[in-house]
Amino acid sequence: MKFFPLLIANLFRKKVRTTLTLGSFSVALFLFCLLATIDASFNQGVEVAGVDRLVVLNRTSLIQPLPYSYQERLLQINGVKAVTFAIWFGGIYQNERNFFPQFAIDYTTYPQMYPEFAIPPEQWEAFIRDREGCVVGRGTFVKYGWKLGDRIPLRGTIFPGAWEFNIRAVYEGTRNEDDTTQFWFRYDYLDERRDLGKGTVGWYMVKVDHPDHAAQVAAAVDRLFSNSPFETKTETEKSFASDFIKQVGNIKLIMISIGGVVFFTLLLVTGSTISMSVRERTGEIAVLKTIGFSDIMVLCLVLGESLLLALVGGGTGLVLAKLFTLGGDPTGGFLPIFYLAPRKMAMGLVLALIIGLLCGILPALFAMRLKIVEALRRV
Amino acid sequence: MAIPLIYNIRSVRVRWASTSVAVLGIAGVVAVFVAMLSMARGFRETLVASGSPTNAMVRRGGSTSEMESAVSLTQVKVVADAPGIAKGSDGNPLVSQEAIVVASLIQRATGKDALVQLRGVSPCVLELRDMVKIRAGRFFTPGLAELVVGRTIPKLYPGFELGAQPRFGGRQWTVVGILDAGGSAFDSEIWCDTVILNQTYKRPVALFQAVTVRLTSAAAFTEFKKTLTADPRLTVEVERERDYYDRQSKMVSTMIRVLGFIVTLVMGIGAVFGALNTMYSAIAARIREIATIRAIGFSEESIILSFLCESLFIALMGGIVGCVVVLPINGYTTSTINWQTFSNLAFAFRITPDLLAEGVLFALLMGLVGGLAPAIRAARLPISIALREL
Repeated sequence: MKFFPLLIANLFRKKVRTTLTLGSFSVALFLFCLLATIDASFNQGVEVAGVDRLVVLNRTSLIQPLPYSYQERLLQINGVKAVTFAIWFGGIYQNERNFFPQFAIDYTTYPQMYPEFAIPPEQWEAFIRDREGCVVGRGTFVKYGWKLGDRIPLRGTIFPGAWEFNIRAVYEGTRNEDDTTQFWFRYDYLDERRDLGKGTVGWYMVKVDHPDHAAQVAAAVDRLFSNSPFETKTETEKSFASDFIKQVGNIKLIMISIGGVVFFTLLLVTGSTISMSVRERTGEIAVLKTIGFSDIMVLCLVLGESLLLALVGGGTGLVLAKLFTLGGDPTGGFLPIFYLAPRKMAMGLVLALIIGLLCGILPALFAMRLKIVEALRRV
Repeated sequence: MAIPLIYNIRSVRVRWASTSVAVLGIAGVVAVFVAMLSMARGFRETLVASGSPTNAMVRRGGSTSEMESAVSLTQVKVVADAPGIAKGSDGNPLVSQEAIVVASLIQRATGKDALVQLRGVSPCVLELRDMVKIRAGRFFTPGLAELVVGRTIPKLYPGFELGAQPRFGGRQWTVVGILDAGGSAFDSEIWCDTVILNQTYKRPVALFQAVTVRLTSAAAFTEFKKTLTADPRLTVEVERERDYYDRQSKMVSTMIRVLGFIVTLVMGIGAVFGALNTMYSAIAARIREIATIRAIGFSEESIILSFLCESLFIALMGGIVGCVVVLPINGYTTSTINWQTFSNLAFAFRITPDLLAEGVLFALLMGLVGGLAPAIRAARLPISIALREL
C-alpha cells in the first residue's frame, strides 16, 4: 500500500486522459446498470412469482372468461389450499396515457393469496365495508397525489360507462421488486353493474399446499374441466410470466448484444490508452527497475493503475445509475418496476474490474519484461 | 489558408491502431442507434399499413380498441345505411362486421403457446381491404369452417399449411388459402367467417366487435362520422382505420424509441470520450509537427479546422462502418406482443436511407464534440515551447 501515492501520481500525470478513461468506465457501467434494470423490469413478473401459485386461464386465450362456479370446484381438488379470482378492468383515468392495471378482485380470498402485499388491517376493513371501495398500490397512489377517501373516476372500456371508486386502502410491496401500481376493487360491484358476461371471471389463482404438487394439481385442474365449454389451461405463475415475456420478444438477446458492443469498445479504448501511457513511460520503468523494483512489482504497479481506474470509474457509473433509477420509469408507465438491485450493481463492479484487468494485462506484461539496458538506451 | 486535407488523412493512416479504436467505438453506437430506430419504425409501419385511408372503423362508444368493443347486428344495419359507403361488385355496401378471438397456438420454434388474432370477417372483406390478396388457394366459403391465414402464420405455427386441418376452439378447421397482406398486421392474423367464429366460441350470433366500412373517398369520412354520431340509435366511436392502427402502434414504438434514445445517448457519450482520447493523444504525439505548421505561417483557425476535419473524418468512417454492420438486419422478421390486442404481431426491421443518414449525422455530431476541444488545444500551443519538445 505504500506505493499507492505512486499510482495516484502516475494517473495524475495526464489529467485529461485519466478523466476520459474514468468517464468511459462510468458510462459503460451506467449503461450496464440501465440495461440490467430494463431487463429486470420485463422479468419482474417472473422474479416475484410465487412458487406455490398456479394461474388457471381459459384454454382458448387469456382474454376469454371462465365461469364463477369454478371456484368451488377448484377448491375440491386435492392439494388446493386456496382459490381466488380476478378480472381485468382496463379503465382509463383522465386520459389513455395514465396507465395502471386495474382488477376486480374477490375480496374474501385475495389477500391470503398474495401475502407479499402489506395492507393495514383497519384500511382493509374499511375497504370491505364499502361496495365502491378500492385498494391502490403505493406507487400509483403517490404518482397521482391521491389521498385516502378520494373518489376516483374511471372511464370503462371493456365495461362501458363511468365508474367511481373510493380509495379505502393503500398496499405496499414487501420486496423492492413488487409491483405497487395496481388498483383493486370489488368483483361483486363490477358484476352487479355489467350487462354482458355476468357470472364470469378473468382468471383463477390457485395456491397449492406444497410447491412439489404444482404440476400434479395443474394437470388435475385441466382434466376436471376438459370437454366442457370452458376448458382451462393451468400453469405455474412463473412459467406463465416467463412465457408471456418471451412473446414480447427476445429482450435478453437485445440487451446482451448492446452490452457486448459497449464492453468490447470499452476494452479497446481503455486498453489502448493504458498501453499508450505505459509506452510513454518506458524510460521511467527502466529507472524503477534499476533502483531495485522487481519485475513482479512493476507488473503489479501497472495492473494496479488500470484496476484503480476501473474501480473509480465503474463506481461513479454505478452511483449515477442508482440515482437515475431512483428517478423512476422514464417511459411513463410501460415499466412499472424500475429498480436496480444491489446484486446487479455488484455484478457490474466485478465486470468493470475484469475489464480493468484485461486492459492492464498486456501493458503490464510489457513493463515486466522490459530489459533495463535496452529501455534506457532508447531516447 | 487551409491545410490540405490529405495531411489529416495521412495522419489518420499512420496512427491506424488508435484511430480504429475510435472508429469502432462510433460504429458501435451508430449500429445500435439505427437498429433501435429501425425496429420502432418497422413495428409502426406494419400497423399503419394495415389501415387504409378510405376505410372507417365503427366501435362501441368509449372503447379504445376492437377487443373492448361490441356492436349488435341492428347497429350494423344502421351503420350500413349511412352515406358515403362504397358499393361492392354485387351492389351491396362494403361493410365487414368483425369478431375477434385471441387463440393460443403452439409456436414452431419454441413449442410454447403464442397468442394469435383470429378475425371473423364478412365475405366482402377482400374488396374492402384491397391491399390484402389471396396468395395461394382460395377465399373461404361463407358458412363453412374454413380458414384463410396470413402468410407468416404457416411459417410460425405448425399445422397451418395450405390444406391442413388444425383443431382449435373445439372444432376442426380447414386452411383453404394463404393471404398476402403486403407486410401489414393482417399477415399475422387468421381469418374466417364471422358467423362460424361466433358459433364456435359460443358467443351471441348477432354480436360483433367492430364494423369496418369502405368509403367512396377519404373525404367522405367527415360526413359519415357526422351522420353516425348524430344518430340517436347509436353510441359509437367512428375512426379512420389508419388513425386506429397508428394509435395502436404508439405505445410499443414509443417505448422502443425512448429506450433506444437513452441507450444510444449514453453510448454516444462513451464514444465521445473515446474520440477525445484518440484526438488528444494524436495531438500530443504531433506537437512538433503542429508547431512547425504554425511556424511556417498557418493561422490558428486553419489548425482548428484541420483537426476538426480529422475528427469528422474518423467519425464519418465510424458512421459508415456502423451502417454497413447493421444493414443485414434490414428485413429481419421478428414478432412481439401488440399490447392493445394482446396478440402476436410479426414485423420486419426496416432500415431506410433517411435512418442511415440520421445514423451518419449522429456519428458526425460525436466527431464534432469529440474533436473541438483537442483542436482548440492544438491551435493554442505556444510555438516556441512546442518546437523545443522532444
